Amino acid sequence: MVDRLTSPRFLRAVLPAASFAILLIAIFYLKPRTMSYFGLNLMLQYTVPIALATIAQMFIITVNDLDLSIGPFVGLTACIGATWLADTPLLGILALAGCVAAYAALGALIHWRNLPSIVVTLGMSFVWLGIAVLILPTPGGTAPGWVKWLMGVKTPVVPFPIVATVVIGLVVHLLLMRSSYGAVLRGAGGNPRAIGRAGWSLLKTKMVMFGAAGFFGVLSGLSLIGLTSAADAHIADRYTLYAIAGVILGGGEFVGGRVSPIGAVIGAMTLTLTGSFLTFLKISPDWQIGAQGGILIIVLALRALINRREGLV
Amino acid sequence: MNASDETIVALEDVAKHFGAVKALDGVSLTVTSGECLGLVGHNGAGKSTLMHILAGTLDPDRGTIRVGGSDLSNRYNVGVAGENGVRCVFQELSLCPNLTVAENARVFHPSVTGFGWKRRAGTLIREMLDEIFPGHGIEAEDVVGDLSIGKRQMVEIARAFTTTDLPLRTVILDEPTSSLDAVTSGQLLRFIRRVLEQGVSCILTSHVLGEVLDVSDRIVVMKDGLVIATRKGSDFDRNSLVAAMGNVVEIDEIEQHEAREKLRGVAPVVVEAAADRARDTVSLTAHQGEIVGLAGLAGHGQTDLILKIYGAAMRGKGPVNVTRPVALVAGDRQTDGIFHLWSISANIGIRSLAKTVRRGLIDPLAEAAIGAEWRDRISIRTPDMQNNILSLSGGNQQKALFARALASDAEIILMDDPMRGVDVGTKLEVYDLIRAEAEKGRTFLWYTTEMDELYNCDHTFVFRDGAIVADLARGDLTEERVLHSSFQESA
Repeated sequence: MVDRLTSPRFLRAVLPAASFAILLIAIFYLKPRTMSYFGLNLMLQYTVPIALATIAQMFIITVNDLDLSIGPFVGLTACIGATWLADTPLLGILALAGCVAAYAALGALIHWRNLPSIVVTLGMSFVWLGIAVLILPTPGGTAPGWVKWLMGVKTPVVPFPIVATVVIGLVVHLLLMRSSYGAVLRGAGGNPRAIGRAGWSLLKTKMVMFGAAGFFGVLSGLSLIGLTSAADAHIADRYTLYAIAGVILGGGEFVGGRVSPIGAVIGAMTLTLTGSFLTFLKISPDWQIGAQGGILIIVLALRALINRREGLV
Repeated sequence: MNASDETIVALEDVAKHFGAVKALDGVSLTVTSGECLGLVGHNGAGKSTLMHILAGTLDPDRGTIRVGGSDLSNRYNVGVAGENGVRCVFQELSLCPNLTVAENARVFHPSVTGFGWKRRAGTLIREMLDEIFPGHGIEAEDVVGDLSIGKRQMVEIARAFTTTDLPLRTVILDEPTSSLDAVTSGQLLRFIRRVLEQGVSCILTSHVLGEVLDVSDRIVVMKDGLVIATRKGSDFDRNSLVAAMGNVVEIDEIEQHEAREKLRGVAPVVVEAAADRARDTVSLTAHQGEIVGLAGLAGHGQTDLILKIYGAAMRGKGPVNVTRPVALVAGDRQTDGIFHLWSISANIGIRSLAKTVRRGLIDPLAEAAIGAEWRDRISIRTPDMQNNILSLSGGNQQKALFARALASDAEIILMDDPMRGVDVGTKLEVYDLIRAEAEKGRTFLWYTTEMDELYNCDHTFVFRDGAIVADLARGDLTEERVLHSSFQESA
């Protein structure tokens, strides 16, 4: 029993949840009043868009790629949501569907020409930003009513952001970790050649994963304007790094198809909490990003330690 | 055996060329129902290429492929092979390490889907593992990456024999026992005999000739991309099979080498190493001015030993005794050898930085001087040594790598099968260069998979399963002896 509890695999699995719990306890200790429905709601309200962006990034990482454009992409979909989707819903829906299709096409391009995804998505991040600025040159617009309503739902007992995040994690877990095609998708990250040799189309797996990332990027943008009720092309620029950090904090690996949807949403929650935690510590906003990086490094160093121990066994 | 006349797979005049290398040069092959076909040959004979073409993972340049009577030549791929009941267990494993055993079984079977697929996939693979390898100790929920290499191979083999809605007619087994122990190998061979009785046919390669002889109804011998003999399994024995695999060439140079051989024991020992100390009876020794060959089938520990010697020389510790500075000539140019973005001169000079550095910076003139010197000495064909290394042909890139090692202060040159994919003209030039450098007192450790290159060595050590199994003086070196030692004595 003790062996199992100290085994590297178990430790690695609980690390995301443990870091979240420790952070939460620290916050409760600093500000006991946050230990309430209202307090949690306030601290975690931005978890939903970050969790959705993190899931989008996780899909890309599953097939051994990296998306450096998810932040500007979320910004673009937010701009579309706050303008076209609110004014002429049909045009808005078409534009958002086009965004998802564009993502799938990027996946196809990356597979077909065997391009490094980092380069392609870095370039695309400027394209997304440019389109977003064209659509909404100055901050503004209005979120559609139903989006605002959805993001403002008051769930009983447990605040909405927590419920929504848990639902997102579970749904993606079901799709990616439990479905039979999900096994093929993850296998395409673990050993692409084996998947190809078993007769599956690697082009299709790439397109599905990039398309899914685009879809969750759209959801992230919409949920974000549901909270802010207006949009700005730069509204989600930071999400690119948040999303990568969330996946890695949640136990995912950059290569090899080893990802965890549940871990990823926990990672996103942890990232959201670090902001509040640092504010409660009265660290000036100038230092917060650096301090957030520090927390990330500590958690990742812990995981590296666990992995090293595993290497010794 | 109830081998019928029903032909399952028929290949006709199949050829595959990789650039100038003729991996397959017109091979015809048939496999009938319930038959086990053994496929043997030395490295580079074309066995793996043939198996990849049959499995649908490589397209042949020409030739026809028929499965179950229908001509599939132009539309043959992995999917078509699977639909027609042709499966393959590849030598380099094709499981996904991040998935569980059951998930890997599902990936193999498109029809295992829908509610409860995990349970069904798990049952499928567990039952087959139970049948082939009783007492295997593998759970369907185990993550493949956590399994030992032997267990992974067991999963891969069992997976190839599982059936759902698609027929199972032929299973190609490429070195299936390479990671199995004696017990599980025996279990597999008994299982193969059982499935043959059910009308499934197998194509088997193995470096353990005893296994091929035991289990095969018919044995096909390949050499240089051609089938050179096909006979009933019972017509071969170990000796006749080895004789069929390699023609014994007499070389006149033996006397020359024997003169050098006498230096053994006179010249000082510069390298002393054991491949695997636990099992080795022979340890490798190299004397100054000697060209020592490391032979055996590919991947049997030669590269590991070369890297071990290199590591010992660089760090000055370990079980290996190296007394002089070393340099390594990589075999895989593209990944281990060249710096793609650098000029030819910079690629050559990198091993001799001490000579070119002035006040902490690399002196471009000194570097260019080294480059110019070696361009003339080994005739690297380029208009300008400042050109990018990739402007050179493969053979000339390899020459630049030799120049890098020879320009350095190293007295021991380690060569990790450096002549792969190099044209004959370049090879002969490099052989002369090696000979000349050896005369000057440099020592060469030369891992090669080509028999002809061993004839350039003064002394040869044959590797098998990570250990040195034979120590041949030049006079004793014959292809037959190398083959005998490379293949295991008994099954």
